[in-house]
Amino acid sequence: MSIFILRRIVALAATLIGASLIIFLVLDALPGNAAQMLMGADASPDAVRALTIKLGLDLPLPYRYLQWIQGMAVGDLGNSYVYGTSVAGLIADRLVLTVPLAAMSMLITVVLALAAGIYTAANHNKIGDVGVMSLTQIGIALPNFWFAILLILLFAVKLQWLSAGGFAGWDAGVWEGIRSLLLPAISLALVQAAILARVTRSAVLEVLREDFVRTARAKGLSKREALWGHVLRNAMIPVMTVMGLQFANLLAGTIVIENVFYLPGLGRLIFQSIANRDLIVVRNCVMLLAAMVVTVNFVVDVLYAFIDPRIKVHNL
Amino acid sequence: MSGSTTATANMPTATPHRPATGFWRRALRHRSFVLGGALVLLVFAAALVSLVWTPWPPYDIDIAAKLKPPSAAHWLGTDALGRDVVSLLLVGARSTILVGVIAVGIGLTFGVCLGLTAAALRGWVGELIMRMSDFTFAFPAVLSAIMLAAAIGPGMVTSIIAIGIFQIPIFVRVTRGSANAVWAREFVLAARASGKGRFRITIEHVMPNILSLLIVQATIQFALAILAEAALSYLGLGTQPPQPSWGRMLNDAQTLLFQEPSLAVYPGVAIAIAVEGLNLLGDGLRDLLDPRLARER
Repeated sequence: MSIFILRRIVALAATLIGASLIIFLVLDALPGNAAQMLMGADASPDAVRALTIKLGLDLPLPYRYLQWIQGMAVGDLGNSYVYGTSVAGLIADRLVLTVPLAAMSMLITVVLALAAGIYTAANHNKIGDVGVMSLTQIGIALPNFWFAILLILLFAVKLQWLSAGGFAGWDAGVWEGIRSLLLPAISLALVQAAILARVTRSAVLEVLREDFVRTARAKGLSKREALWGHVLRNAMIPVMTVMGLQFANLLAGTIVIENVFYLPGLGRLIFQSIANRDLIVVRNCVMLLAAMVVTVNFVVDVLYAFIDPRIKVHNL
Repeated sequence: MSGSTTATANMPTATPHRPATGFWRRALRHRSFVLGGALVLLVFAAALVSLVWTPWPPYDIDIAAKLKPPSAAHWLGTDALGRDVVSLLLVGARSTILVGVIAVGIGLTFGVCLGLTAAALRGWVGELIMRMSDFTFAFPAVLSAIMLAAAIGPGMVTSIIAIGIFQIPIFVRVTRGSANAVWAREFVLAARASGKGRFRITIEHVMPNILSLLIVQATIQFALAILAEAALSYLGLGTQPPQPSWGRMLNDAQTLLFQEPSLAVYPGVAIAIAVEGLNLLGDGLRDLLDPRLARER
């Protein structure tokens, strides 16, 4: 087991280093001079040169890359070109919104998808199965930001139960915070839940056809006992793979949804920074999101081995 | 029609050379295929029609006619700049299809080449390709688009490249997985014994046998590309005004939710029709081209 985890850790580190190199090259090497971009095309060459030196952009690329990596290791991401404040602080302020939003939508996704997937598999080809599956078929085709707009239309414009956007902040109370994140989380979750429900359904159906399930039933277990005792654990492997991939989609989705609801999270920070040409903030935000995606996939990989011991044997 | 002959070659049935008409006879009786095909045709037809005709010029601003309700002159009304919504939707279909086709083309070309190479060469080359594609998974299309928008500016090219890059690892995985299965078959062993090289085996034996799977995957990826394009143009990273796009129309409509909520409905319905059509078509093609996959679902 330890060799399996060690191999995964090495792969994780290699992926993170690769991702950081790509991000650095695209955002620091491709656009030319960040100082020129900040000051605009009309700026005098002297002013641009002075800002270049001030921001340390005259130093060689490999040195700047290593400086960035070194800084990340100790939590120092440098200062924003525009605000002058620490990038780590800016990001931390926004994460208090983005992380709960992603967590809430993942929770809603998993609860809805597992319930729908298990229900439809247990009632295969009955009316409930056909009905729920038709709904998921439609759910998959909806862009999450359009679904968000429809939710705003219904709950904010027509019914006026919730606000059309904005974030009350956690200082106003946990409930107020959750209330502001409810519609964004639901709009992110429903589309993902539709996909995961279909995966869960086919995974459960596949395991239900296995010989060991027939044996369990022959031993006298009821359908329900066989389902909960034997089928679910075995059906969870493909479900977890998709969950890992979906987390990446959810994070990317938060960038879009935060813009729909005007939520001051990481996604909004990235867009403000692109507009302000604050490339150091963009670079660190993108790195953070990419690192989250990679780490979640790593955790899923390791969890597999605990759920299905056959996997670590194959990977050794 | 090459897809149908490939699929029949895959099938362990008693009629290995089913004629092309047989495919269409089965296809036209398949509900998902027919419904999906009809929806996709509708979207393609809208894009093609917009090349020669739109009810009103899509770029003409007429502030006096802004936010008009649906009427005989403007079937779905006008937007905040007085442009005809139907004309915008028709031209928007063009942007969507253009970005989708090129992005999937990029993913398909690079992904299939890399996947076939990984399957043919195995060893460290195969491992390197797979690790590289794993690593590309760290960048969802929106993240790549953000980086590119910050570096080279937003636009249609940015969204095409971002969505294309995102598609590559998916095609690499699908191609390699199915190609590996073909490489393990006896007829490939026979081909190797008869002295055929890896390249020739890949072209003559592996490629035709995985073609149907790739067609199905490309259809599904096209649907994902349309969703990604809509999201990117909604965010202002993709297609830029004045070129109409469905995502951009939703962004404009959001500012008018309280005055004219219906403007936020039409472009979303258009996106959903395109995506639903491609998903259903993909499901139908999967059933028709490779019955083994259909059974596994």
